[in-house]
Amino acid sequence: MDKFNVLTGAAAPLNMANVDTDKIIPARFLKTIKRTGLGKDLFSNLRYNEDGSEKPEFVLNQPKYRKAEILVAGENFGCGSSREHAPWALLDFGIRCVIAPSFADIFHGNCFKNGILPVVLPADACEQLMADAALGTNARLTVDLDRQVVVRPDGQEIHFEVDAFRKHCLLNGLDDIGLTLEHVVAIDTYEKNEPAWMPVIAGV
Amino acid sequence: MAASRTLFDKIWDAHVVDRMGDGTCVLYIDRHLVHEVTSPQAFEGLRLAGRKVRRVDATIAVVDHNIPTEDRRSGINEPESKLQIETLEKNVADFGVPYFPVLDDRQGIVHVIGPEQGISLPGMTIVCGDSHTSTHGAMGALAFGIGTSEVEHVLATQTLLQKPALNMLVRVDGAVGPGVTAKDIILAVIGEIGTAGGNGHVIEYAGEAIRALDMAGRMTVCNMSIEAGARAGLIAPDDVTFAYIKGRPYAPQGDDFAKAVDYWRTLPSDDGAHYDKIVVLDAASIIPQVSWGTSPEAVVPITGVVPDPASEADEAKRAQMQRMLDYMGLTAGQKLAGTKVDVVFIGSCTNSRIEDLRAAAAVAAGKHVADGVRALVVPGSGLIKKQAEVEGLDKIFLDAGFEWREAGCSMCLGMNPDKLTPGQRCASTSNRNFEGRQGPGGRTHLVSPAMAAAAAVTGVLTDVRELA
Repeated sequence: MDKFNVLTGAAAPLNMANVDTDKIIPARFLKTIKRTGLGKDLFSNLRYNEDGSEKPEFVLNQPKYRKAEILVAGENFGCGSSREHAPWALLDFGIRCVIAPSFADIFHGNCFKNGILPVVLPADACEQLMADAALGTNARLTVDLDRQVVVRPDGQEIHFEVDAFRKHCLLNGLDDIGLTLEHVVAIDTYEKNEPAWMPVIAGV
Repeated sequence: MAASRTLFDKIWDAHVVDRMGDGTCVLYIDRHLVHEVTSPQAFEGLRLAGRKVRRVDATIAVVDHNIPTEDRRSGINEPESKLQIETLEKNVADFGVPYFPVLDDRQGIVHVIGPEQGISLPGMTIVCGDSHTSTHGAMGALAFGIGTSEVEHVLATQTLLQKPALNMLVRVDGAVGPGVTAKDIILAVIGEIGTAGGNGHVIEYAGEAIRALDMAGRMTVCNMSIEAGARAGLIAPDDVTFAYIKGRPYAPQGDDFAKAVDYWRTLPSDDGAHYDKIVVLDAASIIPQVSWGTSPEAVVPITGVVPDPASEADEAKRAQMQRMLDYMGLTAGQKLAGTKVDVVFIGSCTNSRIEDLRAAAAVAAGKHVADGVRALVVPGSGLIKKQAEVEGLDKIFLDAGFEWREAGCSMCLGMNPDKLTPGQRCASTSNRNFEGRQGPGGRTHLVSPAMAAAAAVTGVLTDVRELA
């Protein structure tokens, strides 16, 4: 996983609430056995017409947002399925940070596993950033994870909260499995103490 | 330790392997269900790191999302689906993971077969790379969906790094009226609390109307917890649960079963246990539900009308409602009952159990699918299909003009050949009505199995209570 420290880039405004994972990446694109290559299918139903041509009005099709690295969105972003293809598609497109008033739990966790920072801010702050994002590439935002601030184009800083453990992992690009395996003795002990009636799945 | 704990607290506490300074826990996972869509990258990660599956005897794999629901003996045609299924088959062989093959009677939707085989048990922690893992909460287990990175994490360590969720109680008091089902209860709950109402929480369902449900109904309720934003839903295990489990292939047998029941009886929430949020619904006031929009919270009683965006004060919400109406091809004020449907889908991890098929067959018996309507019945597992055939339900459906299919996720999610075409309107027993969920441009109305069957035989959304 790539580290995340300070990101400065164009922010795209996606002013919709409840952007679900089927919107982010429809199920028909989940047949891949790889993590990469999903960027072209990101927001497919919103982004393309049935004949495959682009819908020019969709935000990521507009020239000033085609290289956006930050997405500013409405509440409950990422609701629906657990598909990690949603953050993979965002990442493959080039988006490293999503700012919204709230996120669905599974999507929120999946972002951290993939080097994407989900930033939760109050609705009024998101509205300000949405307005900043609407200015296009002249209005770049900076997201500083270490200092936990979003810096607006005028230099104003907005503080955000982030779970300390997740911040640590993201800043250092740490692999969760490696961290967990430091607890392997405790896991061994736990397994030894399982009740005798606990069945196993065998003989399938 | 606090004197009074909830069901969630008890399961959580019993599975904490280690606790870090900031409250993050290493949580032990008792059961890991694996399917073809969210696992290939996880197995690949294990290979790259030279890791093995820590507990193959706590892991079970099956294919469900991709597979066609027509005869599969001649193989899978669609190349990408075929590759994903073959990849799972190679992975389970390489890593030694137990697997129910495509042509095995035990194959089916992952959230149907877990309880059916006695793999999902009370008090367990159960995960799967699928958000509808919440279904298994009906057993009195803590069951939640995870992403592929966490699938790899569980395969490698049999644990997850987690912080405890908040406790939410949804109590449904009293008894439901005739024609009102578990599906109507959960749709009404989601309508009440909204699609983000359960974010950060685990929902425990309680009250007389929940206790009165059979296990299939409880699974329907817990299944859609994620549609309310909660990662997990729970129902305290009771004698109904234990009777359901007894004798299932992978459940404890003999003396072990008795010992397990002794433990399971300690799990229900203590009197006075603390809930962070409590919601109470009156069962008698619940009318069969139907969704009108592209979010599961957009539901009304079948006796109701499509709401008017003009009545919504919030500008963003008003715009969202209008977008939903445009997508759904509906007009504000329009009655839901009488709206013509093109397709009826009875199936999915929400409503494909034998009890669901019986309820639909009871409505369809002696009637015929309306002209111009295509209706599919897709059992949740090969064993349910067999049971239905023993009971003659297949004949009822076929005589009535329904298609009778093989087990799989089918038209719930547009990943296999069963899809809506743009503009088609579907009465569906599945769980999500998102834009394009059942196929690009498809329009979904979420309903119960009885309501879906009623729509099939009348050709329009219908109040099943009025159908003679």
